[in-house]
Amino acid sequence: MKNQRMDLSVLSPKQRNQKIFARIFVSLATAVLIISLGVICVLLIRLFIDGVERLNLDFFINFPSRFPEKAGILSAWVGSFAVVLLCLMFSIPLGIACAIYLEEFAKKRFYSPFIEVCIGNLAGVPSITFGLLALGLFVYQFNLGSSILTAGLTLSLLVLPVIIMSTREALRTVPLGLKEAAYSLGATKLQVLRHHLIPQSQSGIFTGVILSLSRAIGETAPLITIGALTFIAFLPEAPVTGDFPFLNFNWVWDSFTVLPIQLYNWTSRPQAEFHKNAAAASFILVSLSLFLNSFAIVLRHRHNRKNI
Amino acid sequence: MIKISKNSSAEGILFLSALVSVSVTFAILFILFREAMPFFEEVSLKNFFFDSYWAPTFNPPRYGIAPLIVGTLSTTIIACTFAVPAGFLVAVLLSEYLGQKARSILKPIIELLAAIPSVVFGYFALLVVTPWLQSFLPGLQGFNRLSAGIVMGFLILPYMASLSEDALKAVPKHLREASHALGANRLETALKIVTPSAISGLSSACILTISRALGETMVVAIAAGEQANLSWDPRQPAATITAFIVNLSKGDLPHGSIGYQSIFAAGLVLSVITFSLNIFAHFIRKRFHRRNVS
Repeated sequence: MKNQRMDLSVLSPKQRNQKIFARIFVSLATAVLIISLGVICVLLIRLFIDGVERLNLDFFINFPSRFPEKAGILSAWVGSFAVVLLCLMFSIPLGIACAIYLEEFAKKRFYSPFIEVCIGNLAGVPSITFGLLALGLFVYQFNLGSSILTAGLTLSLLVLPVIIMSTREALRTVPLGLKEAAYSLGATKLQVLRHHLIPQSQSGIFTGVILSLSRAIGETAPLITIGALTFIAFLPEAPVTGDFPFLNFNWVWDSFTVLPIQLYNWTSRPQAEFHKNAAAASFILVSLSLFLNSFAIVLRHRHNRKNI
Repeated sequence: MIKISKNSSAEGILFLSALVSVSVTFAILFILFREAMPFFEEVSLKNFFFDSYWAPTFNPPRYGIAPLIVGTLSTTIIACTFAVPAGFLVAVLLSEYLGQKARSILKPIIELLAAIPSVVFGYFALLVVTPWLQSFLPGLQGFNRLSAGIVMGFLILPYMASLSEDALKAVPKHLREASHALGANRLETALKIVTPSAISGLSSACILTISRALGETMVVAIAAGEQANLSWDPRQPAATITAFIVNLSKGDLPHGSIGYQSIFAAGLVLSVITFSLNIFAHFIRKRFHRRNVS
């Protein structure tokens, strides 16, 4: 296989053409890889250069403002944090339970192919469609308003397929022998699940959770659709209070903005000064997503190696 | 006895969660239909599909979806012209040329491209790519399809690459070995043996990529503008279905107004297209799995 660098003059014209074609093909493919990498680098560098002026502590502790130099992302990052927290609270249990049912209980039922189609389709639904569903269902049908709760529910539906798929993948990699050994010792299905399947597929499930976290942080369109505001100069109600029972869940009803919406708002303004804010916010968002994804990749890599 | 009931109740809970996940698909269709219904009572289907102007909130309103569909298709075509062949090239390189080690490094890097939020790609398209393109393409507008399409191409490239690679990887190894044994080189094996065997997986990858491009929102909403027009010119601004929905929901949109109904009507059109594409892709892939197993 390693004869690609051979002297082309000894070959017949047809063979020579084939070799040349092969080289062109491989260099094109390599070029695409390098360009893609280049795009990530150029993107990060440009964002950093454009936004470096704004990347300081004030940017994190200021509310948005009419004056670009004073505008910050306090309400945006607090909003993102609250929304993503709720999103994971709903989607993790639901996604894992659904995956376990599909993998371990509904393997060969008559309706299984139908479920497969639905879940597969869900993964390919455009994110804006989830926004419309949430607008019709959560905002107006259930009267939840344009609140943090609605946003959390919306995003949890959106990341559900990610968690379901990675959990199923993880459950599938558990060696069959392990399951059979447990069953042969008299364990019930539930015990096998609790003591073997779930602990064994932990890191795979965790990878899925991180990927969906990264997806939820960057998602913009569905949250605009449900009516997230772009100018919020207050924080949600504090989750901890001085009185009994010390926890307060009123914050889920507050209106909110999130980091991607804030930066969308800054990007679409005509003033170039606001673009610096957008660049700084983008840089923070991209760094966060790249960090989360690299973490997930490393985890998956480790998991795969352990299983081999 | 207690154990049995515990088991079945656990199965019940798991079944309910699966049911919730499955019902989301139906909830989407149901809500879209229900909220778009009043719109179609007001606007005839003939008007909706054949009028050439879209301005539901103007006075007098016009309800022709065609400009939005043209806008969506033109950005999708630009993105896919780049992303589909490029993704296929990357997939062949990853699956047929590189060893385990190189692949385990390069594949995650391609996947990282998919991790960047699309709103950031929108910033990139509007404020970096468009000025750069304008420097050698006179007549390119500040908002245009070309820049939005190209940047969207990079956004969907990882999907195409990773789905096609899965399809190529699923081709049995002995086919490659037989081909090599007959004297074919690596490229011939990849293009004449492996690609035809994986053709249904590859078509499914292609369809899913197109579907992803049709539904992509933020890049086009930021970089392609808000102007719905019937032109196919890549230098012109365009409103896609998704961008229209976002732009209208940014403002105040009272429940039951014609604007509110129109975003559901537009969303319904988009969902019907993407749902059919996704399900079509699913069945193509299933067929291909079955053939490879047997």
